[in-house]
Amino acid sequence: MNAPAPTQASTQPPSGATAATHAPAIPMTFKQRAHDAVHDKQLRKNFRGAMDFLMAKRAAQFPDGDEFERLRTFGNHVRARALSKLPELLERLETNLTRNGVKVHWAETVDEANAIVHDIVHAHEAKQVIKGKSMVSEEMEMNHYLEGHGVDCLESDMGEFIVQLGKEKPSHIIMPAIHLNAGQVASLFHDKLEVDYTEDVDRLIQIGRETLRRKFFEADIGVSGVNFAIAETGSLLLVENEGNGRMSTTVPPVHIAVTGIEKVVENLRDVVPLLSLLTRSATGQPITTYVNVISGPRKAEELDGPQEVHLVLLDNGRSQAFADSELRQTLNCIRCGACMNHCPVYTRIGGHAYGTVYPGPIGKIITPHMLGLEETKDLPSASSLCGACGEVCPVRIPIPAILRRLREENVRAPDEAPKYMRGQGSKYSRTEGMAWKGWRLLNTSPRLYRVFKLAATRLSALTPPKLGPWTEHHSAPKAAPRSLHELARDHLGED
Amino acid sequence: MSQHTPGGSVNATRVAPPPPAPRSYPAQKPTDVYLFGTCVLDLFYPDAGMDAIHLLEREGIHVHFPQGQTCCGQPAYTSGYTAEARAVARAQLDLFARDWPVVIPSGSCAGMFRHHYPDLFAGEPDTLKQVEALAGRTYELAEFLLEVCKVRFEDSGEPVKVALHTSCSARREMGTHLHGRALLAQLAQLEQVERVDHDHESECCGFGGTFSVRMPDIAGAMVRDKTAALKDSGAAEVVSADCGCLLNINGAFEKQYDRLRGEHLASFLLRRSGGRNTGGQS
Amino acid sequence: MSAKERILAKLGRSLAGTTPLADDYDEALVTAPWAYPPEQRIPRLRELLEAVHGETQLTTAADWPARVVEALAKRGIDELLIAPDTPHGQQFAGHVAEKATAIRLKAYDRPVEEWKDELFFNTPASLTGTLGGIAATGSLIMCPTTSEPRLMSLVPPLHIALLKASEVYDNLYTVLQAQAWAQGLPTNALLVSGPSKTADIQQTLAYGAHGPKELIVLILEDA
Repeated sequence: MNAPAPTQASTQPPSGATAATHAPAIPMTFKQRAHDAVHDKQLRKNFRGAMDFLMAKRAAQFPDGDEFERLRTFGNHVRARALSKLPELLERLETNLTRNGVKVHWAETVDEANAIVHDIVHAHEAKQVIKGKSMVSEEMEMNHYLEGHGVDCLESDMGEFIVQLGKEKPSHIIMPAIHLNAGQVASLFHDKLEVDYTEDVDRLIQIGRETLRRKFFEADIGVSGVNFAIAETGSLLLVENEGNGRMSTTVPPVHIAVTGIEKVVENLRDVVPLLSLLTRSATGQPITTYVNVISGPRKAEELDGPQEVHLVLLDNGRSQAFADSELRQTLNCIRCGACMNHCPVYTRIGGHAYGTVYPGPIGKIITPHMLGLEETKDLPSASSLCGACGEVCPVRIPIPAILRRLREENVRAPDEAPKYMRGQGSKYSRTEGMAWKGWRLLNTSPRLYRVFKLAATRLSALTPPKLGPWTEHHSAPKAAPRSLHELARDHLGED
Repeated sequence: MSQHTPGGSVNATRVAPPPPAPRSYPAQKPTDVYLFGTCVLDLFYPDAGMDAIHLLEREGIHVHFPQGQTCCGQPAYTSGYTAEARAVARAQLDLFARDWPVVIPSGSCAGMFRHHYPDLFAGEPDTLKQVEALAGRTYELAEFLLEVCKVRFEDSGEPVKVALHTSCSARREMGTHLHGRALLAQLAQLEQVERVDHDHESECCGFGGTFSVRMPDIAGAMVRDKTAALKDSGAAEVVSADCGCLLNINGAFEKQYDRLRGEHLASFLLRRSGGRNTGGQS
Repeated sequence: MSAKERILAKLGRSLAGTTPLADDYDEALVTAPWAYPPEQRIPRLRELLEAVHGETQLTTAADWPARVVEALAKRGIDELLIAPDTPHGQQFAGHVAEKATAIRLKAYDRPVEEWKDELFFNTPASLTGTLGGIAATGSLIMCPTTSEPRLMSLVPPLHIALLKASEVYDNLYTVLQAQAWAQGLPTNALLVSGPSKTADIQQTLAYGAHGPKELIVLILEDA
């Protein structure tokens, strides 16, 4: 094949691709991955460009800050109302879906969810599964699980298809291949699909279309996620631009939707504000190309559509978040990804560095419930609490407040009651605890504080040039010769 | 203030309060104010604190600086050591007993008083009352000068291009970036001070209190981007109303052997509007 | 206990002593910013559809078949998938017969399984009706039926849709009310807002991802 000379970018393997695939047995820590990511120039450039693009697109959709504030408060109320009666709504959803001919399954863990999917696959002797985009299926590692059972599981969202081809994981919940540029995708297609090297995005998409069209045609089962599960009508609503979601839920004879238990809304009309907030926040679109409302399998007289529709409702730690009213707000999330698009940390390290299915601010607050704080102990600390995420959240999740709360859970003694989280106290350290007790003593005793400051100001010249991690990027701060307390007393007198 | 719980039950699902109405300000300038100096400013930027005092005095206001003050408690609060933060916060409360405004020359500490103290003391009804009253009369310095003192600055310096960096919490909790811009715009009326935008101006400088030492790689990448943007902006001076950010940005400038240094907004305003200055940055 | 019982019991315990939040639905917030004078609805819908590479044409209840023929001819397409049991399917079939136009009409008249290969790989264009449009978002409302099944608007690379001008609504909320969606939904209801697209490669927009590469909306001004 006569491929043109690859660009500079394409001579490199896609960032993280090979590393992730052939990762050593010992998993890297978050800090190690973050370190590697901030030093990966191509990755930094890809994310900065992508985030700038998405931020600008979103901003153009919310020209009226007042409208946005009122609408997102409304969105918050709609979600909070659903959570305030979640058990009842889940039962109503099941009743109405069942009435519509959809089979509903419940799973507490990802293993249970996978077993349910496998049972369905097995019952149909299915060999090929085609997937629309579903982050819950990523939680389940469904592809891996099904492949282990001899079933081919192919991603059909272009971004997901690309990352699957590169044996990677999505780096963003809305745009899975956002860490790659066109050159990197071109190399991947050239290598894996044996097509001529081209960086022409239209051509690359056509290659994807042709490859996947055959797969939609052949698949025995289609898997999708759910954006909103509507209790009132017993419906599953999905948004997408590509048409792969409609294909996956319409062409194969069986459709399995997987979703978290929090995705339910009470009434159909509740979807109106949420849909508007979702598409505008996510990709800066007034609406996606397709809004697909599924309320049952093909009827006897209908000529297409799946003969069976299943819904798997997955808990996977959500009920732990639900148990505390502050943490419960995490479950308001409608998965738009705006928090990561606006996060200065995500922009610097990209999605893979988090090492979790959900990256970015929402990932930091939802993943500890899924994996426990032991596995995710660094995530709540990886934030300057700048508040950009909370400012754009379309359902007003107080993400910075929840991050702070998780830090608190992280440093509480592991056995201290009441326990809110699996892995409580994963960063508990007697030494650090003592240091903060010392800090408290210093700052609650004006006399001690005065002595400390006297020492700090008078001995400023003795400040060591290296002060731990701070001096990697900063010079050591030197205290002023006299404190404001002293200067103010001279000027104003004792108060 | 951040969230409220309907029905009072601790289990009740929380709903977001209505979007906050714009803050209303007293019609008249007070005769007396408290200054809460903040721990970072106390130790590293005391001159900026004095400049804040001079700016207030120039408005005919009597400034009180309770000598017992220490820290607002934010470092422990954001690190998850809530009990320690509460103890330190509690130690400040009685120092500001008179109903004078409390002016704070640092947006994030002002935000702590205004927005997080009520959360910290939510479980103590009596203290909460005191804390809410305190929050109601707490102002960030730029906000206080602009909205309460209604200052009119006139510039007396050489032409200069200046970039403004605003702390994230001050920007989002207090709207401090708008107050800072408005004050600089007053100086700009003589076309002497031109505020220039810098790339990704609203983005965090990477300080975040203990974040910068807990996550040095990420925080370092953020401050390098911030300092690069400030350098590229063409500004000859950098100002900020938050000493945490200044500590971070200036430490990075110095490490990079760059001559640019951030100055506290109070110092810049005082210097440019002909008031008394106690000297440049250390 | 089943997984369902365990999940519901856990959630129920977490809500002990609480009452569900009242429904404070604010209709004005989802309607007022998205209300248009009647004469602006069609221009707005067209503008939004065209912004995402949808083609729109103003025509009439009598003239639209000729427009379909033109559109096909322009693209060198000589066959069209229609729904012969619908009034518009019949009208177009009548037009083709009357004008002796060289367009082969294909009917979606049997289960997809019986002609999947042809539908997927040998059906270049389709014609469907709609249940109206939405000015706020530039959307078409479609509820596939037995006569006009789901895949008609998805699989062929060119999709031509008929939209009656009198059925263009302001916003989604008014559609749900006017068409009483909550009282009963078909197995599949859709909003379609342009040809299929993706920006998954370096945020570069490309049309014709998995669904139609082209969408032509014929707006019947007198219908």
